Amino acid sequence: MSTKQDEAGTNFVTELAETPDGEAVLTCMQCGICSGSCPLGEAMEYPPRKIILESRYGNLDKLLASPSVWMCVGCYICSFRCPREIELTDILWPALRDAAMQKDMPIPTELQETFQNIYKYGNSLGQSPRQRLNWAKDLDVTVRDLSKDPQPVEVLWLVGCYPSYYPRNQVVTRAFARIMTALGVRWGILGAKEKSVGECEGLFGEAGLFDMLMENNKDLFERYQFEKIVTLDPHSFRALQRFYPQYGVNYPVEHYTTFLAERIEQLRPMLNGTVEATVTYHDNCCAGRRCRSFDSPRTLLEAIPGVALVEMARNRENALCCGGGAGGMWLDSHITEHGGHRLSDERIREAADTGADTLAVSCPYELSRFEDSAKVAGLENQLVVRDIIELLAASMELGEKETS
Amino acid sequence: MKIAVVVRQVPDLIEPLEIAESEMELDLDGASFLVNETDDHAVEQAILLKEATGASVTVVALDFGDVDDTLYAAAAKGTDQIIKIPWEEETPPSPQAAAAMYAQVIKGIEADLVLVGTYAHDELEGVLAPLLGPALEMPYVGVIRGIQPGDDPSSIRAFKEFPGAVMAQMNVGLPAVLGILAAEQPPRYVPVSRIRAAMKSAEIEEQEVPLPAIEPALTVERMYLPEAGERAEMLEGSEEEVAQRIVQILQEKGLVK
Amino acid sequence: MSAQDILVVAETNQDALADITLELLGAARGLASSTGGQVVVVILGQNGAQHAQALSAADRIMVIDDAQLAAYSPGPYLAVLQSVIESESPRAVLVGSTTIGLDVAPMLGARLNAPVVCGCQAMAAEGDALKVTSSICAGKILVDVRVERSPAILLVLPGSFQPAEQPGQAQVETKPSPVPLEAGQIQFQEMILPEAGDVDITSQDVLVAVGRGIQQEDNMEMAEELARALGGELAASRPIVDQGWLPTTRQVGKSGMVVKPKLYLVLGVSGAPEHQEGMKGAGLVIAVNTDPTAPIFDVAQFGVEMDILDLMPALTEAINAVRGG
Repeated sequence: MSTKQDEAGTNFVTELAETPDGEAVLTCMQCGICSGSCPLGEAMEYPPRKIILESRYGNLDKLLASPSVWMCVGCYICSFRCPREIELTDILWPALRDAAMQKDMPIPTELQETFQNIYKYGNSLGQSPRQRLNWAKDLDVTVRDLSKDPQPVEVLWLVGCYPSYYPRNQVVTRAFARIMTALGVRWGILGAKEKSVGECEGLFGEAGLFDMLMENNKDLFERYQFEKIVTLDPHSFRALQRFYPQYGVNYPVEHYTTFLAERIEQLRPMLNGTVEATVTYHDNCCAGRRCRSFDSPRTLLEAIPGVALVEMARNRENALCCGGGAGGMWLDSHITEHGGHRLSDERIREAADTGADTLAVSCPYELSRFEDSAKVAGLENQLVVRDIIELLAASMELGEKETS
Repeated sequence: MKIAVVVRQVPDLIEPLEIAESEMELDLDGASFLVNETDDHAVEQAILLKEATGASVTVVALDFGDVDDTLYAAAAKGTDQIIKIPWEEETPPSPQAAAAMYAQVIKGIEADLVLVGTYAHDELEGVLAPLLGPALEMPYVGVIRGIQPGDDPSSIRAFKEFPGAVMAQMNVGLPAVLGILAAEQPPRYVPVSRIRAAMKSAEIEEQEVPLPAIEPALTVERMYLPEAGERAEMLEGSEEEVAQRIVQILQEKGLVK
Repeated sequence: MSAQDILVVAETNQDALADITLELLGAARGLASSTGGQVVVVILGQNGAQHAQALSAADRIMVIDDAQLAAYSPGPYLAVLQSVIESESPRAVLVGSTTIGLDVAPMLGARLNAPVVCGCQAMAAEGDALKVTSSICAGKILVDVRVERSPAILLVLPGSFQPAEQPGQAQVETKPSPVPLEAGQIQFQEMILPEAGDVDITSQDVLVAVGRGIQQEDNMEMAEELARALGGELAASRPIVDQGWLPTTRQVGKSGMVVKPKLYLVLGVSGAPEHQEGMKGAGLVIAVNTDPTAPIFDVAQFGVEMDILDLMPALTEAINAVRGG
């Protein structure tokens, strides 16, 4: 006997199957590899396998009302290991969240505020668009603001929200500007006109907001001449590489690790300074596991004189997520309230266990998350967190100068 | 029950406000606007009442700032009618003039209950919310945190906030105007896709209302920024350095032993 | 009453005179000394004479007792105040910018066709006019205005004036309501007190107040640890209480509690007038905020431009170190 609820659930799955790349969801064989791999699977009332199960046969409303809906952190391990190659992270979770929001299910407060900030100000931090260039104040290299002075460039550098506004990230942003200039790259930015790319996973399920951002960026990019887009943020990278083309916005895009690794022979002679550090690298989820880009970051780190690279037990495609994706940056309270934990708290111990004194990262969220976790774990004297850019800049002597 | 809600746009304080060269008013040229916070709560409260009682909700706004966005968002949240009053000036009308203008539209709606934010941060020569009372010849009570349906359809219960987290429960016989401080729950989130859908399906009605001739009751002599004068002594350094300095200060004052 | 007199509308707070009333009397005395008029205070209630002593800074204390005035409801209050102002014709009417003041002052302005000024922090008489300084836009803008018409109804921000130092003639007149009072459509039912059992922040020596800068509920723990290390309690600005992260009994500000701790460590609070109202009397105020222009730094002795999420753990550690804990 099929009830109205069953029909709603079945419709949900059917509609999902009709989206690009969504068809595979019909082939789920309930093997449970997804739930078993999910770092928060045990805490979820409905881990990925059960989502599909409940949708097919059960009560969609119950599913949508569950706090599980807001516990995915976008680590991709389920998608990566699914034998049917179902796009769980990019398709299933966002569709679930969209359905929940359409039905006015309450969403975690901090995430709601973040959506509102992105909608109103074009960045997740709720900062004024006019302050977007503050990171470049008194910078000692030329910044080509294409919005003020359009000119053809080789690289359109989408700086990103955290890299622009968040104080801890701004030093990384400045260092990258110097590195690109040192490499003779002709780069430009969008200045105050830049807005969030909208991340991957349809912006944590807010499909309408993603559409709005994508349309804005489509128009914006069309105005300028550039050969490729480079970004510091793996989430933006994935969005531009995977989802924007579905809307006809198709530009070559690289995460900075790939961009720089391609130029390693040009970089190598510039890496003059020794950086004595035992470094362990944390593979980010979006550019790493999802896009299989594991070697570029390591190529860069190994080229730095003085750096000894050690690996964590779970590395490359098996790396444990920091917990910041899919809105995770704003879901820590929600997740811990419902039996989960901050994944970066777990991961920082894995980093410390390698005996490394430096944890290298390449995603803007990871800097603050891991530094915070290090403090919580009492490891801040044992382990520092550095973006790869900072380590490169140190060796190239392009870091921040001490001001008196 | 028919509910009318008034929403206003106010300068967004995220940017420093600029004062015009005349030094008599704000230079709103580059300013960005957002919905007045307590008005946003008024919309939420109206929708909560609609959900509880089946009342209809009409939102009225002056054409100023990002008003279209606010009206479509309200429609997406479930209001029944959205009305915009055309307005050409660069600055909004005085609260007295605004009250008269909104009152004209609201009389046309024949609302039983009028909700409006209890204050807006740019109010100087009056407060709009209580002025709507006399303008509509309805009683008014403000600084309301939460409304519940009353014992009969012609009354509601309103909770007026007093200092010390104390609330006065008021019985309000309709029709009445209420100044909302906060709704029973914070304004709900409406997905952007629904706002965009509302932009296509909902229609903003325009109702022209003449600007009443009201003599200004006060003259602005000067508008200025507060002096940076007696500000705090700022402590500099790393978090550890600042922490040490604070502990030192506390020890000096005997606040930490 | 002469056209140079200043009328003060008194308020009580749970059977005691509200602090704002004493501040208004201070303001009125200042104004009256330049207009040459008297300070008249009107107190509505059921046994207003009990407050006469506290109101002695006024020259005339008009006590109006009526059962319908025992608790505030707009109809009776407006009727009485309108009648008093019409018959007394003062130069100015000083009303606190409070939950009652924000109701009655604008409506009195409409009924009497009298100018109303919001956010008043300073006032002076200048010839026939009044010069008033108001604070608007969450404390970010000041405006000097000139009011020519009388009476001018001024909504005064709490904390702007000192209580009067000198006593006035303090003549008490008790009378019933000058006009017949009807209950009206809006009727007071009962006062609902906050749930007992939570901490009374008004009696604490040390308070750690958190605002939007705390960002996530998760971070409250850091603040709690800091409060514990300092031997104090947590308080909050309105947005935190609105979110439900702390109960209303912890709210500091206009619509919350007024606190006077010896130490007020205020973290991630911008310090808009509504919050300042609740803590201006604090002893040592140390404010931390990433925005160097935040108004909170106007009422703090020491300030730090820093992210509270960075400072809190460092501060807790430093305090525990000296306490040997």
